[in-house]
Amino acid sequence: MLKDEDRIFKNLYNDLGADLSSSKKRGDWTNTKYYCEKGREWIIDEVKKSELRGRGGAGFPTGLKWSFAPKEVGSRPHYLVINADESEPGTCKDRDILRFEPHKLLEGCLISAYAVNAHVCYIYLRGEYYNEGVELQKAIDEAYKDNLIGKNASGTGWDLDIYIHYGAGAYICGEETALLESIEGNKGQPRLKPPFPALVGLYGCPTIVNNVETVSVVPTILRKGSKWFASLGKPKNTGTKIFCISGNVNKPCNVEEEMGIPLKDLIDTHAGGVIGGWENLQAVIPGGSSMPLLNKEISEKITMDFDSLVENKSGLGTAGIVVINKDQDIIKCFARIARFYKHESCGQCTPCREGSGWMWRILERMAKGEASREEVEMLFDVTKQIEGHTICAFGEGSAWPVQGLLRNFKKEIIKRNNFDPLIKSNKDIPYLVDQHLLEKDNA
Amino acid sequence: MSLKKISKDQPEKFEFNLQNLEAAKRILSNYPKGKEKSAVMALLYIAQRQNNNWIPLSAVKYIAKFLNMPYIKVYEVATFYSMYNLSPVGNFHVQICTTTPCMIRGAYKIVDVCKKKISEKENVLSENGNCSWTEVECLGACINAPMMQINNDYYEDLDIKQSEKIIDEVLMGKKPKPGSYRGRINSEPENNRKTLLDLKNA
Repeated sequence: MLKDEDRIFKNLYNDLGADLSSSKKRGDWTNTKYYCEKGREWIIDEVKKSELRGRGGAGFPTGLKWSFAPKEVGSRPHYLVINADESEPGTCKDRDILRFEPHKLLEGCLISAYAVNAHVCYIYLRGEYYNEGVELQKAIDEAYKDNLIGKNASGTGWDLDIYIHYGAGAYICGEETALLESIEGNKGQPRLKPPFPALVGLYGCPTIVNNVETVSVVPTILRKGSKWFASLGKPKNTGTKIFCISGNVNKPCNVEEEMGIPLKDLIDTHAGGVIGGWENLQAVIPGGSSMPLLNKEISEKITMDFDSLVENKSGLGTAGIVVINKDQDIIKCFARIARFYKHESCGQCTPCREGSGWMWRILERMAKGEASREEVEMLFDVTKQIEGHTICAFGEGSAWPVQGLLRNFKKEIIKRNNFDPLIKSNKDIPYLVDQHLLEKDNA
Repeated sequence: MSLKKISKDQPEKFEFNLQNLEAAKRILSNYPKGKEKSAVMALLYIAQRQNNNWIPLSAVKYIAKFLNMPYIKVYEVATFYSMYNLSPVGNFHVQICTTTPCMIRGAYKIVDVCKKKISEKENVLSENGNCSWTEVECLGACINAPMMQINNDYYEDLDIKQSEKIIDEVLMGKKPKPGSYRGRINSEPENNRKTLLDLKNA
C-alpha cells in the first residue's frame, strides 16, 4: 500500500478543510514563483521526466501534449482549458478534487498556463456539480484576493485569469473538441482532428485541454521532483491515481493509490471486498463504463495501469471501477450502459447515432430473452460497424463495453436467447417492426 | 440524443430582471471581445432560474437578441443540453441517477418511490404542483449510490425509507438536508479507512 506521505491529495475526505489557509498548511502555493522562474522548458521537461499520463481516460503523456503548444505567442492568444466535465459512469474523482482540493487545481492551472503561455484558463465544469462550482468559485476568489492568480500571479510576472464555464448535462462535452465547441456557445458536437486543439482550439487559437486530476498533481510533481513521481507505480505508468470503487462492494470509496496496484487488493483492502465474497464476483468494469469488462479470472490477477489493462483488451480509462456480483443480471447491466450511450450520443455521425440505439434495443430484448440466436452475431457486427467509423472516441466508448460483454458472456446470452428468428417460424408476427416506435415512451 | 418536450403554454414576454441583467453582463466579461456567444449557456441558466426552473421560448428569443445571435442557434443549444427545461417542472425537480453503478445498488427502488409519491410518469407535476421527477444519466457520485439530485443538491447513500422521507418533505415544500443519508463522511470507505489515518482527527 502507498505510504501516506506519498499521497498527493491529503484532503481527499475533507479532514482538513478546503479553504486557502488550510491548503497552504498542506503545502499548496508554496514557492510557486520559484518553480515558474525556472522557466517553461524546465517545467515541461520535469513533467515529461515524471512520465505523467493524462488522467482523463486516454492516458496521453502530459508533458508531450504541452510541448505541442507553440513556443512563442503569435497573433493568436493561447488558452488553457480544464476538463471538469466528469460524467463517465463509475467515475467521481474530480468531484472530490473540486470540493476539497481546489487550490491544488488552481495552482496547477497557474503552472500549466505558464508552461503553455496562456493568460486565460477556462474550467469547464459539468452543470450538475453546482455546489462544487460554488466551492471552486470561492477558492478562485480567495486566490485572486491573495494575488495568487490575476495580475502578476504569485509574483511570477505572469497574468492569469481563471473562469468557470458550466456545462449543462452533456456527456459528450467531456470530449475535448466538443468541450471547446460548447465553450464557444454551440451544441457540443466534436470536431474533426487534425487540426489538434494544441494548434487550432478554442476560438481557433492554440489550446491545451487537460483533465482536473492531471493538472492538480503537477505542483506536487515539481515540488517533490519528477524522480519521486516516476519512482511510484510501474515504468511508463508512473505515479498515483485516484481510484473510484463503486458497485457491489461492501465499502464503496474513493482512494488514492499507486498505479499498478492489483485490482484484487484495491477491492479487498480499500473497498471492503465484494458483496457476498470474492467467489460471488461476476465481472469488473475497470475504467468507467466505456472500458470492456474483465471477467473473474482476469480480475484476480490484473494490475491497474494503462498497459496491463490494454494487454487484457480493456483499459484504465478514468479508473472508475464498477464491481458487478453474481446477484446482478449482467445483460441488464449492459443494456443500461447501452441506454446511457444512446441517450448521450450527440447525433453527429450516423454509425454512432443509429448504432447506439440499435445496440440498446437488442440488449434490452436479450435481457428479456426475446432475441434470436442470430442476433448475437448481428450485435457484434453492429459494434464493429460503429467502432472506428466516428469523428470522436464516443463510438469506441459505446461499442467496447458491448464487445466486452459478448467476449465474456456469450454463452449466457445464447442460453437465454436460443431460438430461431421469428421470421422462420412463419408466424403472423411482423418481425421487422419499427423498433424506434417503441422508443417513444422513453422519449 | 434525447427528445425534448417544449411546453405548449408559453408566456409572451421575458426579460431579465435588474439583478440578473447585472449578472449577465458580468458573465459576458469572462469571454474575449467578439466571442460573447460563449455566454449563451450561462444566460440560459440565468433565465431558467428566473423563470421558476424552466426556459420559455420568449427567453430564448430574448437571449438571442441579447447576444446578437440567430434565434435558431440559441434554440439549438437549449434543446441539445439536457439540463435546460423547456417545459415547467416543479419547484423541486427530483433527478434520479439510474445508470449502471446506481442501478446495481437499487436506484430503481427510488424511481418506484417517486412514481408512488410524486407522479406516475416522468416530468409530470405532482398533484400539488410543486414537484416533478425524472430519470437521468450518471450524475458523477457513483460511490455514493444510489443517489438523487433535487435542484442543486445531492442526496446520497439512499434507501427506500429515506427516499420516502425526503420526497415527503419536498412535497410539503421543505428542503431536506443534502449529503449522505448513512452518516458517511464524503467519499471515504465507511468504517474501513486504511489511508490518511493520522489526519482523520487533525
